Amino acid sequence: MTRLAGWGRFRPVETRLARMRDDGDVAAALAGGTALIARGNGRAYGDSAVSPGLTLDMRGMDRMLSFDADRGVLVAEAGVLLADVIAAFFPQGWFPAVTPGTKFVSLGGAIAADVHGKNHHVDGGFGAFVDWVEVMGADGRIARAEAGSELFDWTLGGMGLTGVILRAQIRLRPVETGWIVQDMRATQTLAATIDMMEATNDAPYSVAWLDCVTTGVMMGRGLAMLGRHAGLEDLPREKRRKPFATPQKPVLRLPVDLPAAALNGVTRRVFNAAYYWNGRRKPGPRLVDWDSYFYPLDAILDWNRGYGRAGFLQFQCALPQEAARPGMAALLEAIAASGEASVLSVLKRFGAERGRFSFPMAGYTLALDFPANDRSLKLMERLDAITLDHGGRFYLAKDARMPRAVMEAADGRVAAFRAMRAQSGAKGLFVSAQSERLGL
Amino acid sequence: MKGPVLILGAGSDIARACARAFAARGCAIQLAARDPGRLEADRADLETRYGVTVSLHEVDALEVEAHESFVAGLPELPMVAICAVGLMGEQDENAADMTRAALVMRSNFEGPASLLGVLANRMEARGAGTLVGISSVAGERGRASNYIYGSAKAGFTAYLSGLRNRLAGRGVHVVTVLPGFVATKMTEGMDLPKPLLAQPDEVGRAILGAVEKGRDVIHVRRIWRLVMAVIKAIPEAIFKKTSI
Ligand SMILES: Cc1cc2nc3c(=O)[nH]c(=O)nc-3n(C[C@H](O)[C@H](O)[C@H](O)COP(=O)(O)OP(=O)(O)OC[C@H]3O[C@@H](n4cnc5c(N)ncnc54)[C@H](O)[C@@H]3O)c2cc1C
Repeated sequence: MTRLAGWGRFRPVETRLARMRDDGDVAAALAGGTALIARGNGRAYGDSAVSPGLTLDMRGMDRMLSFDADRGVLVAEAGVLLADVIAAFFPQGWFPAVTPGTKFVSLGGAIAADVHGKNHHVDGGFGAFVDWVEVMGADGRIARAEAGSELFDWTLGGMGLTGVILRAQIRLRPVETGWIVQDMRATQTLAATIDMMEATNDAPYSVAWLDCVTTGVMMGRGLAMLGRHAGLEDLPREKRRKPFATPQKPVLRLPVDLPAAALNGVTRRVFNAAYYWNGRRKPGPRLVDWDSYFYPLDAILDWNRGYGRAGFLQFQCALPQEAARPGMAALLEAIAASGEASVLSVLKRFGAERGRFSFPMAGYTLALDFPANDRSLKLMERLDAITLDHGGRFYLAKDARMPRAVMEAADGRVAAFRAMRAQSGAKGLFVSAQSERLGL
Repeated sequence: MKGPVLILGAGSDIARACARAFAARGCAIQLAARDPGRLEADRADLETRYGVTVSLHEVDALEVEAHESFVAGLPELPMVAICAVGLMGEQDENAADMTRAALVMRSNFEGPASLLGVLANRMEARGAGTLVGISSVAGERGRASNYIYGSAKAGFTAYLSGLRNRLAGRGVHVVTVLPGFVATKMTEGMDLPKPLLAQPDEVGRAILGAVEKGRDVIHVRRIWRLVMAVIKAIPEAIFKKTSI
């Protein structure tokens, strides 16, 4: 038995962890009859990738099976990381079509959470670039679910609760260089931030960081970072000869848990202000390498230890387009009033909803992180209520604490998801600590 | 580095990591195991990731008589051969049942020694090559908790140092790897101290480094040198009463 938690390190669960090396291992685990869940690289913040019974470590299935270099089509096992995909094919001019804010996620985890990137408003989620997945269901049989099929639609965003994803075929995006033309713009108010995102809706990548410490009229001021892949013509001559060369950065590691006090209210306040002013100083377009643009946090491995032993929590909700402005304002007001500033508050635009259980809906999403303590847990209850009032929903890949009633009130799709689980036999077998908590 | 790299016992986690480390350098890879059919996905992986040529071969370390023809049947005599064959078993069962004990001894000593012995002779005749034996710190001193496995590894370690001595100056280099604890199938479920536990890809990188730099004996994590120095220094009269 091991104590295992998600990336936020909040409330570890006692589980038996077993490494899967091939289909046979998975079949044998399922035949055992113990409730189980697949785990990718453990980057979900909460308890979605730990089971009170058996947790299947899918990182042992990390083989790439074929690559069509003309079309950028990869077939690979679920345990392959996006970082592996980038290492293998980026030098040939291929990049993941959708990527979350860390490259250390597995294909299985990216599919199960149907992760979104900074381009959801243009391209949709990860699932939009998956041709098929092979899933081992409760009966131990392997089904190939093609895009558009019912099993496919439940599995994308299904958080491992439809079965174990073994393999998938995904499409990569061709790129000419390893650089992003980033356009940084500072805004003074929340309304201005959202206006800016609306006005730049055709930017391939967009994300805004919000200052959630400042109150009053400047509440919600932010830095919008728009981006597009640079073409060869965007590069200065000296970079053109090796367009995929990436500047080497030192990789740092947090060797110990910082005391929780290191990220207290004051340091978070200072951080917010400093980040804003630093960004404001260099507005306009400039070239940023792909790693710094997409994965700024990956430069410090194990940064999750920065919050101390108790761990930390993320809160991420999506609000429908029409409720986004008042909803975001209400969320920020509640945070500012609580004094619990988030270190990183990220606002993104979402395009149309897809899939039967995927998180995104047309509108806006806000992601926040808080150290785990009683005050922030209280605050998150407030944020839950505000989200519900505005017709929003919550991201399971970030959740570690939501009560069942909130999930049910937020997401009308829960009943159908439960029925599918009961009917397919998945209900009794594929169980995470999260699915138990939420009664999925 | 030119020429193919042969991996014996290619189904293991350490073997997979070695194959990836060398393939990433552009080496062609020969994977050999008892059941090569199970290596198809690994072959595809190495070809897909690194664009190298990979061939699959059948070999049973315990069928010593077949080793000459196995090596003769390889498409090309490898430049580097890495032997990752091994079997630990449960010490209690090994101690209770001598047929099990013999299987452990043969799998960790006789088989690997035979395979590397055949390769050594051919590499010596060619005048070039590197042999890598994955042995164990368990072979450094016999302990109640795993002396059957440990004694076989001790034999293998001595064999490797003898080979190295014999082949020095003949163009063939021998590397002894003493990995310490590695997070593999063998150690799954054991409660091992983190600083002593290496990941398979660390072992792969360490072996690649040792081959490229021509090192003789390597511990994957440096700390093991210290740990084993202490364990070896304890006088036998005291050691026999401990349970380390
Ligand atoms: C720094 C950071 C930034 C992030 N940024 C974003 C972002 O921008 N957008 C976004 O959408 N997410 C983001 N995330 C969340 C992350 O993308 C998701 O949690 C993702 O699912 C993690 O993948 P993983 O391989 O680590 O999976 P895990 O965390 O191990 O598992 C996540 C879920 O996938 C399931 N799963 C994993 N493998 C399989 C399998 N083989 N078969 C079936 N189910 C499986 C698990 O059961 C679990 O429900 C971020 C996370 C971090 C740490």
